[in-house]
Parts: sequence; structure tokens; C-alpha cells
Amino acid sequence: MVPDSANRYDTIVVGGGLVGAAVAFGMARRGRRVGVFDGGDRDFRASRGNFGLVWVQGKGADYAPYARLSGAAASCWSDFAAQLLSDTGIDVGLEQNGGYDFCLEQAEWDARASEMSRVAAHTDGEFEYEMLGNAELRQRIPEVSDEVLGASYSPLDGHVNPLYLLRALHQRLLDLGAAYHGAEPVVSSAAEAGRFVVTSARGRYRCERLVFCAGLANQRLAADLGMHIPLQPLRGQLLITERVPRFLPCATLQVRQTMEGTLQIGDSHEDVGYDESTTLEVITRLAARAVRIFPHLRHVRLQRAWGALRVMTPDGNPVYQQSRAHAGAYAISCHSGVTLAAMHAGPVAAWLCGEPGHPLIGEFPADRFDVSAA
Amino acid sequence: MKTSYPLVIIGAGPAGMAAAQVAAAQGVEVAVIDEQAQPGGQIYRNVDSSPLADAQLLGRDYLLGKPQVQAFRHTPIEYFPASAVWYLDRNREIGLLHQAEHRRIEAGSIVIACGAQERPMPIPGWQLPGVMTAGAGQILLKSAALVPSQPPVLAGSGPLMLLLAWQYLRAGVGVRAIVDTTPRHNRLQAMLRLPRALAAAEYLYKGLKLISAIKRARIPWYLEARNLCADGDEQLQRLRFDSRGGAVEIETGLLQLHQGVIPALQLADAAGCEMRWSEMQQCWQPLVDAWGESSIAGVFIAGDAAGIGGARAAALAGQLAGLQVAFRQNRIGQQQRNRLARPLQIALRRHLAIRPFLDSYYRIDNDAQLSDGTTLVCRCEEISAAEIDAVAALGCSGPNQAKAFTRCGMGHCQGRFCGASVEILLARHRACSVADIGRFTTRPPLKPVTLGQLAAASGDQS
Amino acid sequence: MFRRLEDSAPERIEIEIDGEPVLVPAGISLAAALFYLDAMPSRRTQLSASPRAAFCMMGACFECLLEVEGEGSQRACQLQVRPGLRAWRQLDPLEPGANS
Ligand SMILES: Cc1cc2nc3c(=O)[nH]c(=O)nc-3n(C[C@H](O)[C@H](O)[C@H](O)COP(=O)(O)OP(=O)(O)OC[C@H]3O[C@@H](n4cnc5c(N)ncnc54)[C@H](O)[C@@H]3O)c2cc1C
Repeated sequence: MVPDSANRYDTIVVGGGLVGAAVAFGMARRGRRVGVFDGGDRDFRASRGNFGLVWVQGKGADYAPYARLSGAAASCWSDFAAQLLSDTGIDVGLEQNGGYDFCLEQAEWDARASEMSRVAAHTDGEFEYEMLGNAELRQRIPEVSDEVLGASYSPLDGHVNPLYLLRALHQRLLDLGAAYHGAEPVVSSAAEAGRFVVTSARGRYRCERLVFCAGLANQRLAADLGMHIPLQPLRGQLLITERVPRFLPCATLQVRQTMEGTLQIGDSHEDVGYDESTTLEVITRLAARAVRIFPHLRHVRLQRAWGALRVMTPDGNPVYQQSRAHAGAYAISCHSGVTLAAMHAGPVAAWLCGEPGHPLIGEFPADRFDVSAA
Repeated sequence: MKTSYPLVIIGAGPAGMAAAQVAAAQGVEVAVIDEQAQPGGQIYRNVDSSPLADAQLLGRDYLLGKPQVQAFRHTPIEYFPASAVWYLDRNREIGLLHQAEHRRIEAGSIVIACGAQERPMPIPGWQLPGVMTAGAGQILLKSAALVPSQPPVLAGSGPLMLLLAWQYLRAGVGVRAIVDTTPRHNRLQAMLRLPRALAAAEYLYKGLKLISAIKRARIPWYLEARNLCADGDEQLQRLRFDSRGGAVEIETGLLQLHQGVIPALQLADAAGCEMRWSEMQQCWQPLVDAWGESSIAGVFIAGDAAGIGGARAAALAGQLAGLQVAFRQNRIGQQQRNRLARPLQIALRRHLAIRPFLDSYYRIDNDAQLSDGTTLVCRCEEISAAEIDAVAALGCSGPNQAKAFTRCGMGHCQGRFCGASVEILLARHRACSVADIGRFTTRPPLKPVTLGQLAAASGDQS
Repeated sequence: MFRRLEDSAPERIEIEIDGEPVLVPAGISLAAALFYLDAMPSRRTQLSASPRAAFCMMGACFECLLEVEGEGSQRACQLQVRPGLRAWRQLDPLEPGANS
């Protein structure tokens, strides 16, 4: 028997990270009665360990729809941030006045130039960028070392405080009447008489719509409803320093100055499985690269270092999938959940509510990974 | 300094010194790293280099450390004073700053003997100049022969507060008032544990001696104090509190706070050691076996870092850890280890017999903490108790989510002075035990290090 | 706020705080020297310029941060005074890091 209280939600979102919180907020805004179920305090959480970039540069160099999706997401960000501020009083610190990606070696420069031109081609030139040599670069950021070859620059890029973003989304979804079940992970789910029964660590719930946004756990959880979503963790280690006087005019892919004035230094890409720990080797390497680009940071103290796991699909592009066997069940998995947050709260939430959403959403089915489909 | 040692001991207090001596005596090659310039740890700070004309005024227990420190100085080990371990992981990789340079060393075994820190005592205004911990006052006395220019107010609970009052009296300084927050009902609980404590009667005797000396000095002693509030603009001006129903206000420029000590857990955390909540000591402790070995094989924790037991117990625990390391490294056989360990184990049990009594007598009342929402929980990032309450209301899954949402614990001290408060507030909100709340994840660096120091090291590697 | 016990070692050395030469007892920590000199507050916070001084004296609280010989935010409680040492109190808050 399922108790009455089990029917209090028409929509259940599994996962309260950036993806889950954004779509739950968007669906609650559309009048849905939403329950969000989340894991424990020490779960893997990309949303609490990321670099905070709203980034278009290089996204989708090998898949045009992803380039266009990233561009579309970036372009709704300023309205999105303004709305969050007026609704919650939380300033997520959006600074979207361009971004640099530095090149230290010639090979890096060559690869970058080709990547940028591909993204521009995919977006019919909507993606704007420049390749800047050292002299030009130093005119814009005098602190850059003369060891740096140059950088790519795109005016569309930016960054936010991803932690305040997560908090604002949580606050907003509560304000809209959604419920947040923290530290109450979903164990399993099943389809029953056209609805879904979700079993959590503490009880059973029924719903009409079920959305899996459980980060790396999506692979396991969404399989209950016939969705095959292959995912791999990819570790990133990040550093953050003490506050320093503001010197960066905008974000860079290597170092960004947060709204607090600290410097966030990113980030490694390590295929080490489900291991969030830090290593001396990577911490020292990240610090060395930051100092190579900005020698004046030598004297700045490291405040904190951590590792977090990226949620990676085999091709690196997002998945927006509705279960073919069980309509009403969905799975969303992506890297770049910060960048895409504005999309998730808007058109993606609309799509989850049964509206058309956005034409690009259909370009990211999970079936693309099925061997049989290939 | 080599790049690897069979045994690295972090901390040269009673536990670390003892572990080093025992292990070295059995032929283990030992490196000892300590942040302080002199061995002795917090308790025996400067004991063989005291700036005091008469170190007797600190009491006999302090002077007991002198032969220990001198013996340690003659032990055949490599000792690196003024060196701070800023990195440690479960692979026993150590990053330290030695003479302002980053060094990486690997350890066969590690004994973490980094001691305790004072339990934070958050009250409104505790961030003002003129407010410090009682431990800070004692360090100024031991290491700099500095005493308050005006009699200070001591507030809180616990033996260290009384010891400091006694030491100030002996130094001729006087104490303006003792504002005692010890809950009244603790006494009964403690009495139940008195019979066992009699096995270590000398502790009781010393305690009574302190108390009667303080009473003889006729220091105003306010009991069952609550709702403490430190007032002042640029500097402390007065302390306000309630005591037995009456509101009290004392003008003072110096307030010394204390409510016991808790293990310093950063190193054990960094090594990946499992922790459990001690209801008795109201703090988290690493899980260790009878030899001090943690859940991570080869990582030992000895002394107050494993649970508060005092200096004598710490030295004994250090010796036991040293023996076990020697045994593991095939320096001694099992029989010899057991034979050497037996008297230590008996003595340790005796010295720990006083603990249940002390722990229940001075048990802090978590419900009385943080009653004022304006209290700064996080001194570094200036986050108030009310702000933590606000994110608790969002259904925060635990301290790490609260940290992400507020920056509480992200500042310079890395959560050392706010972690316990966040746990209390979240537990209160959820009406559960702190044991169910969990704790902050400890992040490197454990000690300050610059990007330049790290970058220089990276250059060596490539 | 603090004084040296009269009967202890009388040696004094000269250091510089905020560019001013001062005499302090030899062999003590820089944080202790600030209490001895009554140099309060010993810093102001970067966030709100609120006044602070050393709190724990054992390296854990980071309230005693000071600029020493050009290196910022050093824990004064972990540094011994030596003749000629130059330290500056960090009394100016950082310019606010706002994006706007
Ligand atoms: C190092 C690093 C740097 C990054 N940098 C950027 C960047 O600069 N810009 C950008 O756009 N993106 C970046 N990302 C990616 C971004 O952080 C992620 O795309 C995004 O956070 C993913 O959100 P999520 O909600 O899918 O996953 P998560 O944040 O991992 O959340 C998953 C949630 O699901 C919950 N959960 C798990 N199992 C269950 C269960 N059984 N029941 C209920 N709940 C469950 C977990 O507790 C967790 O809260 C970065 C990621 C990393 C790791």
C-alpha cells in the first residue's frame, strides 16, 4: 500500500544539484507540484565543485547542436541572473563580458585556432571570437607574462558564483511551493498503471512525471525505466586563493577572479574513476601554470584545493532523453550544468512539462550511444 | 631532509616525542615535524627555554615536561622544527613547508600527534580585540612572560580556565571575575563517575587545590552563567551575562574564553581516517585501535588528537604507537612488544580513569550555545548564526551544503572555529544528534602555502 | 593590554611595526609583541574592516595575520621577533570585489 501522502507530488525530480534544481524550479514555476529528492551531504556533487564558467568557447566544436545550445544558454544568462536577484535577493555574481583561454605552447595555439573556427562555422558565425598574440593580450591584461603565447577570446563568455546559483535555485523552488527532500536518496523507481512509483530511503511516492538529474548516479537510476545513459566520472582538481585586489577584467579558462576577490584556478582532467581526492602533483602543477601566466601571483596564498567529478557522456555532449518505454520519465545528464542552467530552468523545464521547449533539445537523445542504434 | 622515511611523526608534544623515542630506541628511522620552533607541544611550550624568571609559577605539571623535552633533544632522530605539514593524503604523501620551501616526503608509517585545539566558544562580540581564548592567555604567559595589565575576566568552563586563573594569581596579576558556564546538572552525572576517578586521585586532589586557592583569593565567581555577550566598539569594553536569574555587567578590557578542548582533526581527516562522534566528549574523534592505528593502515593517531586525555595519557599513547610501528617494521617481535606495552597500558588506563568524571563535570550544554542569532559563527567570512539558520531552513543536507551556500568555513581558518557551531545549529534545526549531521570535509592546505612555493616544487618534478 | 612580568629576562630588541621602530622583549612571537605594544587592532577584516587581534595564539584561528617583510597574511603567532624585523598591520580592507 502506498499512503496518501505519497501522492502529494505530480512531478518528482531525482537530484538537487544544478541540473535538478534548475529544472525543478522551472517546472514549479509552470505550476507543477514538484518534489526534489537529493543525496547526502558527502555525495558526489559536481555542482559544488565546479569552476563556475558560463562558457561558449570551444563548446560543440565537433557537434554543431551543442555549439548552438551553449550559445543559446549563454545569451539567456543575463536575464536569468537578474530574475534570480529580484526573486531571491541573491546576487549570483554574473560577469559576462568575455573570456580568455591562454595558450602556452605553439601546439595549443594551433589546436585552439582550428577549434574556434569550427565552432564559428557551426553557428553560422554567431559565435564571435578573436585570437590574440602576446602583445595584444598584454594591452588588455598587463599582468600576463611574456611567456604566454597568446589567447583566444570570445565576448560571449562569462562566469558566476555556482554555489550562490545553487542556493538561489533551491530558495526559489521552495518559494514556489516545491519540496526539497535533502539527504533522502531515491533507491529505485518503477512504472505502475501509467504512473511512477518512486522508492526513497524513507518512503514511497507516486508521480506522473519523473525526471532523473542525479549526476553520475543517472546511469543506474534511469535504467529502472529503460533508459541507457552511459556516464563516466572525470576528475577535476581546483584551487582557490585568498582574496587579492581585482586585476582580471573578465573570466579566463585558467584563472578567474570570483565576486569575493579570490582567485579560482582550474582545473585538471583525470580519468581516475570514482575518486574525488586531491594529489600533490596536480595541486603543484595547477599552481605552477597560474604563476607562469601571472607571475605576480607568486605571493598569493592557496586557500583551498579540492577534487570533483565531472559527469561525462561518451561524446561529452548533454543527454535530454524521454523514456521510450515509459513516457513521462526523463533523464538529463550533462557536463557544463552552470552554463546550461538558464536553458534548464526555461526551455528544458517547458519540454519536461510536455511543451515543445526548444528545437535543439531533440538533438541530444541517449539512444545515440546504443550499439544497436548505430 | 630525505624524500622518504619509515616513520614520520607530526607533532612534538608529549605524544609525538614519546612515540619518537620508543620507535627510535627499537631502531626505526624517524623524522619528527613540528610547526613550533621548540619541542614540547602546547603543554610544555618553552619548558626548557622559559622566559619566566621563575617557571615554578606555572605549576609542577608543567615542569614535568622538562626532562621529557631534554631526552627528546638527545634522541637519534631527524627533527624538523618550525616546519608545517600542509598536505597529507591517504597514500601517506606529505607536503610540508620547511625553511619556507615546499618539500614532498613519503612515509612508511605516520603518527599524527598534532594535539588539540580549544573548543570554539561563540558568543556575540567574541571577535573583538580584547577577547581571546584562555589557551592564548596561557601561551602568552609561557612563551613571552606576558600577563594582563589589568585583571581579566575568565569565562566558560573547564580545568584550563581554572588553571589559568591559578597561574595568574601566582604571578600576582589577579582575576577580575570567573564567569562559569558549567551547567548545574552536570554535577550529579559527574558524581556517579567519581568512584572510578578515584583510581587517578591525584587529578582530583590537584583540582581541589586549584579551586580552593581561587576561592581563597575571593575572586567573584558567577555560576551557571548564560547568554554571554561581549560588548565594545573597536575593542572589548564589557561582558554582559545572566547568572542564576540576575543580569550582570562587568566592565573589562580583557576576556578569556574557554570551554574545553577538542581533537585537532585536520591531519587525520586529510589522511582519510574514519571519524565517530563521542557523546561523552561532545566532539568528533578518529576511530583508533588499542595501538592508536586509525582506519587507514599505517596511520596512527596518538595523544589528544585521538581524543582528549591530557599530557600523561598522551605520552603513554605515543609510546604504544611507537611500539606498534616498531613491531610492524619487524624491529621487535610480538612478545617483546606485548611485554613492553603492558605497563604502559596499565598506566594509560589509570590516567584515563579521571576522564569520565571530568568529561561529565565539564560537559558543555549545546542547547545553551548560539542562542543569539547575531553571533558570528564564522569569524573569517563573518557569517552569523542567523544566516546558518536561514540555509538550514532550505533543507540543507549537512555542513558542506551550508558551507557552499554561505561561505561559512571557507575563510582563512578553514572551518576550525566554525565547524562545531554549524553542526550544533543544523542538529538543532533538525532536532537530531550532531552525530547524524556530519562534518565539514577538510581541504588542503592544512597550513598556509603560497602559489610560488608550490610552483617552485612543480618545477623540480618536471 | 599585556605587560611583561618584571622579574624576567630584561633584554629588548628593536623591530619595526608600521614603519615605526619599537623595542620588544627578545624571543617572543610577533603576536605577543603586538599585545606587549598594545598595537590594537592587529588587523582589520577585508570584508567589513572590523577590528581583530590574535585570538588563539596557536596557529589555528588566523586572526593575527600580518604583513611581514613584504609577504602578506603571515600568522604573527608563529613568527619569532628578531632584530630589524619589519611588519605591517593589515588595516585597509580590500577594495570590494564586486563585479559591477
Ligand atoms: C571540476 C569541474 C569543473 C566544472 N566547471 C564547469 C564550468 O566552469 N562551467 C560549467 O557550466 N560546468 C562546469 N562543470 C560541470 C557542472 O558542475 C555540472 O555539469 C553540473 O554541476 C552537473 O549538475 P548535476 O545536477 O547533473 O550533478 P551533481 O551536481 O553531481 O548533482 C547530482 C545530485 O544528485 C544527487 N543524487 C545522487 N544519487 C541520488 C539518488 N539516488 N537519489 C536522489 N539524489 C541523488 C546527488 O546527491 C547530487 O546532489 C564542472 C564540473 C567539474 C567537476
